Amino acid sequence: MEILVVLEHNNQTIHRMSWEAVAAGQSLGKDLNLSTTILIMGSDVSTLAKEAATKDITEVLVAEHPLLETYTADGYARTLTQVIESEQPAYVIMGHTYMVRDFLPKVCAILKQPLFGDNISYRIENSTPIFIKQIFQGKLMAEVSPQGNQPYLVTFQSAAFQSESVHRGAGATIRNLSITLSDEIIKTRSEDPFQETTIDVDLSSADIIISVGRGIGKKENINLVKELAEVMGAQIACSRPVVDAGWLPPYHQVGSSGQTVSPKLYFALGISGAIQHLVGMKGANNVIVINKDPNAPFFEIADYGTVGNILEIVPKLTEAIKGG
Amino acid sequence: MKICVLVKQVPSSDALIKLNSDSTWIKEDTVVFAINESDSFALEEALQIKEQTGEGEVVVVSLGPDRAQRAIREALAKGADRGIRIKESFPYSSDPFEIASLFAAAIKDDNFDLILSGLQSDDLGSGQTGVILGELLGMSTATLVIETELSGESIRVKRELESGWFQWVAMTLPASITIQSGINSPRYASLRGIMSAKKKEIRLIEKNDLSGSIPSLQSIEHVYLPQKTKRTEMITGSIDQVVDKLSEILKRNIKIL
Ligand SMILES: Cc1cc2nc3c(=O)[nH]c(=O)nc-3n(C[C@H](O)[C@H](O)[C@H](O)COP(=O)(O)OP(=O)(O)OC[C@H]3O[C@@H](n4cnc5c(N)ncnc54)[C@H](O)[C@@H]3O)c2cc1C
Repeated sequence: MEILVVLEHNNQTIHRMSWEAVAAGQSLGKDLNLSTTILIMGSDVSTLAKEAATKDITEVLVAEHPLLETYTADGYARTLTQVIESEQPAYVIMGHTYMVRDFLPKVCAILKQPLFGDNISYRIENSTPIFIKQIFQGKLMAEVSPQGNQPYLVTFQSAAFQSESVHRGAGATIRNLSITLSDEIIKTRSEDPFQETTIDVDLSSADIIISVGRGIGKKENINLVKELAEVMGAQIACSRPVVDAGWLPPYHQVGSSGQTVSPKLYFALGISGAIQHLVGMKGANNVIVINKDPNAPFFEIADYGTVGNILEIVPKLTEAIKGG
Repeated sequence: MKICVLVKQVPSSDALIKLNSDSTWIKEDTVVFAINESDSFALEEALQIKEQTGEGEVVVVSLGPDRAQRAIREALAKGADRGIRIKESFPYSSDPFEIASLFAAAIKDDNFDLILSGLQSDDLGSGQTGVILGELLGMSTATLVIETELSGESIRVKRELESGWFQWVAMTLPASITIQSGINSPRYASLRGIMSAKKKEIRLIEKNDLSGSIPSLQSIEHVYLPQKTKRTEMITGSIDQVVDKLSEILKRNIKIL
């Protein structure tokens, strides 16, 4: 087997980023002239397998076992390892989700095969992909080359590929694999997922958002931002370090572990623009960025930007807007 | 309770990153280094667990060049008991599998009950080392942890899932757990801590004494500045000019004032 794309699901739906991974697999398959197969792991995933079979792929592999009903890192890692050993794919592709972060490095450890994580694209050189990823939280890009033998484990960042570009096919065959798992190898017990209820500020419907990052320096300076928000009629949001430091409560956080917003204006003050922040605000119509670092990654997606000190600019802007 | 904390020294979050002359890495000599952010949360968690249980030791383990000695010293000043550094003059040539294998070889005889590490480093961001190390040593593993509850031979941890969801996961020790930022409030080193850190042991290990047959599985060939995907109108001028232009844009272009 050539390319194996592993789908992630919650027993009901396939994760959005898994379809992006299928698009990545089809793209790599086209470039390297390799066939693409899909794998689904779980306890009862026949409906999901049928959905996967509508895509332009060779085959859907189904690895079912009662111990895979709820996700565990050990269960998933052992199952995927067995599939890789029996099917011998050259590439194993997944979305860079939280679940994949949790179990895929274990497969790397068991098989002693490399894991190329969180790529945003690849390019082909001498029939081998060179993987391209962000480093230094998006400040630089790096090209990473595989050393040694396949299989290569590869994950792609959210939105690196588009789920809409997945090609549909004539109906792939579905093949069931037999998996050997026992209770003893699963060292963790997972409880049911839950959401924390205290969302006092729903930013998802806000029109104007002023978002503040670590660049604000200290808690007292948040007041400068509050004053600007008041005169602009804006809601206040922030990056994760601002919450971690206790400068604003958690429900103000935007990003992959916070809220997702799509305002008319997202005004970013002293935020570097790491991907985990940007995924939460990509839907904004207009983005204004103020940052003292001209190379801050946030400028890459800004409509308007200025290189400067927010502690100087923000109070003056508040005054200017007040004065009409 | 014997706790190992993996600590990596990385460019500090406001470091201005510049490429070296052949674009194979950054210019390190102009960069200020600091303990990786999530690692300092992992260290604090380890210190708190030790304080709670009232016994045991916290050992800081790092791979890096001589400059990394400072990161270990800082951790010792905050309360860690001793340090281990695997000497590696150019840590970025090693991939996560190689680094985790070196750590495994260096600490396997210590029989740690718990390994805590940051969920990923702010430089390469692979997020693999803690999990690979745990697996290599046959431990339970969990990632993205924002709360821990220790009880006897087992630990229960709260994991962050996507889009505001969480999950508790329980496991037996030994376990390797990666820590998400915000789990606690990392302490500052006290003056007494800084003084006593000078006397604490840091064991140095030559990488070559460990490597044996550890293969390198990936390597960074080339680094570059990202390309802009959007046309950004940059506003320049004195502060007053910038402020005037910004209010103009808010009114005329975005039409929100
Ligand atoms: C699994 C995971 C989930 C995550 N989830 C989230 C999330 O949901 N939301 C989130 O935001 N992050 C999240 N993060 C963290 C994310 O990777 C970044 O670390 C974080 O977004 C950085 O926040 P920041 O830009 O405010 O801080 P920094 O990266 O420290 O940047 C501060 C910026 O302020 C600028 N600055 C400093 N002083 C001034 C000044 N006086 N004037 C102007 N500019 C100034 C600096 O140049 C710098 O660009 C997550 C990370 C992981 C690994």
